[in-house]
Amino acid sequence: MIRLALFVPFALFVALSTILLLGLDKSPTELPSALVGKKFPSFTLIALNEERGMLSEEDITGEVALVNVWATWCYACRIEHAMLNQLNEQGVKVIGLNYKDERESAKNWLDLRGDPYAFSIFDVRGSLGLDLGVYGAPETYLVDARGVIRHRRVGVVDERVWSNEFQDLYVQLKEESQ
Amino acid sequence: MKIRLLFLFVALSGFVSATSELVEFSDPSYRARYQQLITELRCPKCQNQNLADSNSPISLDLRNEVQRLLEDGLSNQEIETYLTKRYSAFILYRPEVNKNTYLLWISPLIVLLVGGLAVARFSRRSVSVTKRQEIATDNNERLNNLLSDEEDD
Repeated sequence: MIRLALFVPFALFVALSTILLLGLDKSPTELPSALVGKKFPSFTLIALNEERGMLSEEDITGEVALVNVWATWCYACRIEHAMLNQLNEQGVKVIGLNYKDERESAKNWLDLRGDPYAFSIFDVRGSLGLDLGVYGAPETYLVDARGVIRHRRVGVVDERVWSNEFQDLYVQLKEESQ
Repeated sequence: MKIRLLFLFVALSGFVSATSELVEFSDPSYRARYQQLITELRCPKCQNQNLADSNSPISLDLRNEVQRLLEDGLSNQEIETYLTKRYSAFILYRPEVNKNTYLLWISPLIVLLVGGLAVARFSRRSVSVTKRQEIATDNNERLNNLLSDEEDD
C-alpha cells in the first residue's frame, strides 16, 4: 500500500504531461466558433459596387457559397487572394465581405488583383462583422444553400486548408443542394 | 526655472488626457457598469487582455458596442449573452458554470484539498521525526550514563 502511494506523484506527473501535450496542438488564437450551425446573420448593407444596390442575407442563400472577409489593410488577404481567384475559376461561388475599408482603395485592389467575388458587401463600420464574430481578417465561412454557416476558418485559406477543411464538406453540401 | 517646469508639465498633462478616450453616457449609472463589463470581457484578438486594456481596433469596436447596448437598456447579463452568441464564451473572463467549465471552477477547491492533505501528512510526519529525535537523545543520555558508570568502576 505504501509502495503504491509512492507512485502517486509520478501518476500525477504523467496525467499533467498528457493534458499539456494535448494542449500544445491547439492554437490559442483560434476561438471556438459560436456561429457554426446557425443561420447567417441578417443584414442590410450596400454593395461595394454601388450599382449592385443594397444587399441582404437573402443574397447569400440559395447556393452553397464561401463568404470571405477581406480588406485592403489586411496583409494576409494579399496572400490569400490568388487562392480565391483559383476557387472562383473552379466554379466555387465566393462572396466578399469588405470589412472596415475604404471604397475606392477596395475597388482598386480588385481591379489590380482580379475580382473573385460574385459581389462584395461593403461593411464600412464592421456591423455585420460584429454579428459574425469577426475578430481579424481574413476569415472565411462556408454557407450552405439554406444560409446556414457550416464551417469557419480564421486566417488564410490556402491549398492545404481548402483540401483539409473545406473541400469534402463543400462537395457534400453541393450534392445535397441539388 | 521651477515656474517654467510647471508650465511644461501643465502643458503636457493636456496631452495625456487627450489620448484617453472619452465615453459619454445619458445615465451616469451606466459608467460603473460599463467599466465593470469592459474589465470582465476579453479581447478576442489579443488573448490575455480585457477590452479595457486593449488598444486593438476590435476592442474599440466592442467597447463601442457595449456602450451602445447599455444605452439600449440591456442588462449586464443580456449584454454578455449578446456578445457570447457572436464571439463564443471565450470573451467572458468569468464564464458561467456548465459542463465545459465546471472543472475550471472547482479546480481551486481541488488544489486546496490536495494541498491540505499534503500539509496534514507532512506535519504528522514531522511530529514523528521530533519523537524519533527525542528517543535518540534519550538513548544517547542513557548510553553516556552507562559509559560514565563504566569509567567510574
